[in-house]
Amino acid sequence: MSTESLDGGAVSSVPRVVVPSRRIVYRHALPIRIMHWINVIALTLMFLSGLQIFNAHPRLYWGNRSDEGTAIFALGARQDAAGKMQGVMRIGKHEFTTTGVLGVSNGADGPQMRGFPSWLTVPGPQWLAMGRRWHFFFAWVFVLNGLCFVGYALATRHLQRDLLPTGADWRGIGRSIVDHLRFKHPHGEEALRYNILQRLAYLTVIFVFGVGIVLMGLAMSPRMDAVLSPMVEAVGGRQSARTIHFIIAWGFVAFVLIHLFEVLITGVFNQLRGMITGYYAIDASPGDPQPRAEEMPAESGPSEDRPHD
Amino acid sequence: MTDRRSFLRMTMAGAAGMLIAGCDRISQTLWGPDVLGKAEGLNRRAQALLSPSSSMAKEYAESDISPVFHPNGTTMPATPAYQALMADNFRGYKLQVDGLVSRPAMLSIDDLKRLDMRTQITRHDCVEGWSAIGKWQGTRLSAVLDHVGVAPQARFVVFHCFDEMEEDTPYYESIDLAEARHPQTLLAFTLNDQPLPVPNGAPLRLRIGRQLGYKQAKYLARIELVSSFDDIGDGKGGYWEDQGYEWYAGI
Repeated sequence: MSTESLDGGAVSSVPRVVVPSRRIVYRHALPIRIMHWINVIALTLMFLSGLQIFNAHPRLYWGNRSDEGTAIFALGARQDAAGKMQGVMRIGKHEFTTTGVLGVSNGADGPQMRGFPSWLTVPGPQWLAMGRRWHFFFAWVFVLNGLCFVGYALATRHLQRDLLPTGADWRGIGRSIVDHLRFKHPHGEEALRYNILQRLAYLTVIFVFGVGIVLMGLAMSPRMDAVLSPMVEAVGGRQSARTIHFIIAWGFVAFVLIHLFEVLITGVFNQLRGMITGYYAIDASPGDPQPRAEEMPAESGPSEDRPHD
Repeated sequence: MTDRRSFLRMTMAGAAGMLIAGCDRISQTLWGPDVLGKAEGLNRRAQALLSPSSSMAKEYAESDISPVFHPNGTTMPATPAYQALMADNFRGYKLQVDGLVSRPAMLSIDDLKRLDMRTQITRHDCVEGWSAIGKWQGTRLSAVLDHVGVAPQARFVVFHCFDEMEEDTPYYESIDLAEARHPQTLLAFTLNDQPLPVPNGAPLRLRIGRQLGYKQAKYLARIELVSSFDDIGDGKGGYWEDQGYEWYAGI
């Protein structure tokens, strides 16, 4: 970093305009923050207990049946030349040795055959009945929380205002993709607005992943299938529904990883504070020598901006 | 960079480990599984609302039948009573029906056939996650219940089986009367047009269209109508229920 950019540099002789370099705005409304963290807990526990349930039969199929030898994805074990257990992941016809993580990993008494390792399942040991209890309890939390979110977002117009892309958003999609790839993020006022990729990501996660994973979960319930069988057959059958359920679960993981990455590179403290207290700091725009009315010092501190809920 | 990465990885692994250890501790308490298990009643009521008791499981075509209907659990009951029946090719088999009924009965497979016959090609969904489709022929349980006359106090049908999961722990299951009277609830004696094979539950097994595999008791010895199953097994209504699985297995 060059000294010129520091406060004690060449510009120090110029009388400084008293413009706050950062401004705190109330960004996330309380209900949104509560629902966000409930969702974090529910999704985490559903994912981990879901892997426990998957481990009871660590293979995926397409169609209604799971006939021997027709799995399109499998975690399993085989013996190597020395007679040692080897973990194997098979996707279609491609096999990968995954000893230690997938297929074979350490249990309480050394290496054991299990799909996902004990540090990725709730409960840790192989215990299907308990995994189901966790999964179906938090399924209610996830669904009710999701319904509350959609109701709230519609009622407060959060959905229409902040999540549905505008025409200008769509036109700027190319630039937004390039900006994301260069890890270039908007500052100042613009940072408060969800960009097009953010909007599409949130809408996809809520309405495609969220709705989809719940429907595919219901499609695995034999009682629900008595009324849902047209949908079950439309996606290919119960085993297809199970496969899609699994894929969407990993879609959520991909979303969360990208989400956390974006939080990290755009200021983890500020972002966390935003989602915990609601208050989020933005830079006063550097290319803006004349601060706009709402950026005047009188209005700094927690402003009365509408929450970016 | 490597330091930061390994720090990050250790932090994440530590957090995940703590989370899972915490969940494991809750799973071991008395209250934890109880609280989590509250969802079972909610699931049963919500599903009964969305999928009424008259709703029918999808019936498939002959071409959908699994080439092999995978037998799970016991595949060869070792009890002397069963072995003796099997040695005689189940010719001496009679299903005992008693409990809260007006006319207790001992019914042979031929008696059952005379009462009622239904054929259905339905999907079997195991709690483990796999599915198989089979063609079942059997007598509707409702016809058997009408034959013996159900007492007004009766609330559940309990299925006692020949196979023992551990010594002196016979397999058993139970369903409520609404499920018992559902038209797809069968006492099945054939699978894919053949007499029920031993691994699949010969000579007679339960088929329920809309619940998981562990409810579909094999090797039926006796059907008992009861007002409560608190005194049977560990009191949870079935062998797997006593191991912590849900009594309501519609999900």
